[in-house]
Amino acid sequence: MKINKVFCSMIAMLIVFSLVLTACGTAAPNGPDTTAPDVVDETTEETVGDPSSTPITLTMWYHGAGNEVERNILLGIINDYNSSQDKYVVVVQDFPQISYNESVVAAALAGNLPDIIDVDGPVMPNWAWAGYLSPLQLSDGALDDFLPTTIGMWGGEVYSVGLWEAACALYARKSVLDAYGIRIPTLEQPWDLEEFDAALETLTASGEFDYALDLGMAWTGEWYPYGFSPFLQSFGGDIIDRSTFTTAEGVLNGPEAIAFGEWWQSLFVRGLAPGTTQDPADRDTGFIEGRYALMWNGNWAGASALEPFGDDLLILPAPDFGNGSRIGAGSWQFGISAASQHKEGATEFIEFMMQDQYLVAFSDGINNIPSTLTAAATSKNFSSGAPFEIFFDYSAAQATLRPPTPAYLTAALIFEKALADIANGADVVNTLDNATDDINADIAANGGYGFDGSVVGPSITEDAIATGR
Amino acid sequence: MTLKTKTIMHDRTRSTKWPIDQSKEAMIAWLMSIPAIVLILVFLIVPFILAFYFSLTNQRLISPNPTEFTGLQNYRQLLKLRVLRLDSLIDETGQPILDEAGNVTFPLEREIIRNPDYPQYAGFQNWKSWDIGNSRYSLLAGDVVFMKSLINTLYFALVIVPGQAGLGLLLALLINQRTKGVNIFRTIYFMPVVVSIVIVSILFRFIYSGDNGLLNSVLVFISAGRFTPIDWMASTTTAMPAIMAMSAWQAVGIHMVIWLAGLQNIPHVLYEAADIDGANAIQKFRFVTWPGLHNTAVFILVTITIAALGLFTQIHVMTRGGPLDSTSTVIFQAVRRGFDMQNIAYGSTISLVFFILVLSVAMIQRYLTREKKA
Repeated sequence: MKINKVFCSMIAMLIVFSLVLTACGTAAPNGPDTTAPDVVDETTEETVGDPSSTPITLTMWYHGAGNEVERNILLGIINDYNSSQDKYVVVVQDFPQISYNESVVAAALAGNLPDIIDVDGPVMPNWAWAGYLSPLQLSDGALDDFLPTTIGMWGGEVYSVGLWEAACALYARKSVLDAYGIRIPTLEQPWDLEEFDAALETLTASGEFDYALDLGMAWTGEWYPYGFSPFLQSFGGDIIDRSTFTTAEGVLNGPEAIAFGEWWQSLFVRGLAPGTTQDPADRDTGFIEGRYALMWNGNWAGASALEPFGDDLLILPAPDFGNGSRIGAGSWQFGISAASQHKEGATEFIEFMMQDQYLVAFSDGINNIPSTLTAAATSKNFSSGAPFEIFFDYSAAQATLRPPTPAYLTAALIFEKALADIANGADVVNTLDNATDDINADIAANGGYGFDGSVVGPSITEDAIATGR
Repeated sequence: MTLKTKTIMHDRTRSTKWPIDQSKEAMIAWLMSIPAIVLILVFLIVPFILAFYFSLTNQRLISPNPTEFTGLQNYRQLLKLRVLRLDSLIDETGQPILDEAGNVTFPLEREIIRNPDYPQYAGFQNWKSWDIGNSRYSLLAGDVVFMKSLINTLYFALVIVPGQAGLGLLLALLINQRTKGVNIFRTIYFMPVVVSIVIVSILFRFIYSGDNGLLNSVLVFISAGRFTPIDWMASTTTAMPAIMAMSAWQAVGIHMVIWLAGLQNIPHVLYEAADIDGANAIQKFRFVTWPGLHNTAVFILVTITIAALGLFTQIHVMTRGGPLDSTSTVIFQAVRRGFDMQNIAYGSTISLVFFILVLSVAMIQRYLTREKKA
């Protein structure tokens, strides 16, 4: 009897204990919004009242762990900022890019987000919608000179701003194209589907190359939607119908998308491009070593390609498959977490980073396109007459955002799998139908992600690039 | 011996007022098990109950929307199956229309599945089709990737459990000898176990590489150039066997050691008796070694099965389920759905189905390997 009593009370105690623990755990997702503000006001008031007190620490997370150059530039900016005033001290923590998003999601669940977060452009709407980013209250005119695609907008408000933009192009060699009598395309007159396809066939038939076109299939993850969804959009399809953001039906499995899918599969069937098992090392060196004739890659790859080829290097525009030449837009940007207790300081720091000199520093260091014209004019690689100036033009003329909706986060994973499956020989129509169903099921399960099905903007075939406006 | 112990026990119990003492002892026992009980509750029982609850809702990892109760919707989506029969297209005379290659033609399946006039097929995906006569039978599933993952997981377990257990026993028999240098072999066989499976997976990705992988190079060399290099991870037929071989190589050492422990527990006198009876090596194994290993065998069978059904790390590192879902597994899908796609409810549903799968397999094994009492 006695033992039973002790046993029962112990079990009861344990159950209560574990319930308390789980209650804490499940409360966390809503935690940042509900618990933080009380603390915020107290701390800020205290500091405002007493400027001589120790500086407030602003924590910042960055996705660039492992990149020494990038890190040094960032640390330089942080040092400049920390020594320019004594109210705040910014401390940065680096994450490897591959696990960065997971870390932020986990931290958001646990209520441990830092003050300043960097966020990949297409992911931003999801984080803003989920409530762990807070709108940026920048001073008037701060964004005036910035390229539109470097400003992260959601629900009519600015949530993030990028210090650089990225652009993709076809890397080629003039000597190679001349040798096989292939026309060199221009921004005004890019290759169309037939011309591009014929060029690939010619280059493959020459036998001089392992493959005619390196798409970068080795780069799993965000590269697939970033690098390849512009092809789909150029065919006239899309990942999600961006006129309503509530369905993928008809855009990811419509006739244009099926035409894209058939062409995509044929690239690998005909042996024009290396498939999903491409070695990442070949992706890095194949074009430079002359094993691939063309390379579809971003501006960041420019420096290493310019070195061996010099004037022979061509940076060609994306082909126009019928709905305008298109390239991806929206790179990494900076925003403030909703849980931040020092939003003013975080905003101040982001504005500090937005100075042209730092835009130039990042551009010169990691070869990205500066976000403003004035910064581009003084940068090493993107000023007038500089080797990569053309990227600035491509970005201005062809940049197409990946669908700016919270649904993109899941849709991107589904799209990546569909493209890999089609490349590996899956039935095109079935694969696109299934991907469409998966995306629609996710949108439905999330109550439309804040969209009600009404038209909110132009579709991919009505937007500025397609209509030439 | 036994008698002596009994006396001592008896003396001890008689000299103390044992009713009080026993309750005190029980109390101490409970106190000491508190850490374990708390850990099991917090990390096993409570998450299990939560997973069960989540699987009946539309819980997201992160969402501003409130969680809604959806009943068995997730289970239906995950497990539903249906067969669709399509009759061939016919011309005016009632003869099937043939395509250029002379094959019977069928209407497009998507015109049925995606047709609002056939709501019973909404949300189904094609898993497999068979043409029988002038009809095409299609097996449709709500979640084809999960179904393929389930088959892959069972396939992996079916090969790995007997394969790895058998190989472990073979190695244990080989090193269960008192010859010089046997310790070197024990070390070599055991070495892969101490290497992290993540590192092994990354290394094997290089070894299996199609262009210049070690395996292809070796095969080309020993076949004097007659072997055409295969991209092992790129083909739906070779990817899973390649992962099986790697997994067995990495994990066989630990089972070898467990078998070895079992072997060394068999009293030597039994072998001597068998020798006197004139038993040969096979007979000794069949009638002395194997019966002596019964408990070890049951233990190894159950642990390998559970580990094999939980296949995840190799997939996550090497193939991410590809090519064409040929290496996708149940746990990989649970993580992909639950965490990557932030659909906790669906991930929980997969986990629960996995739990039932493991439980039933383990119980069947337990029943089949029970000690038969005379």
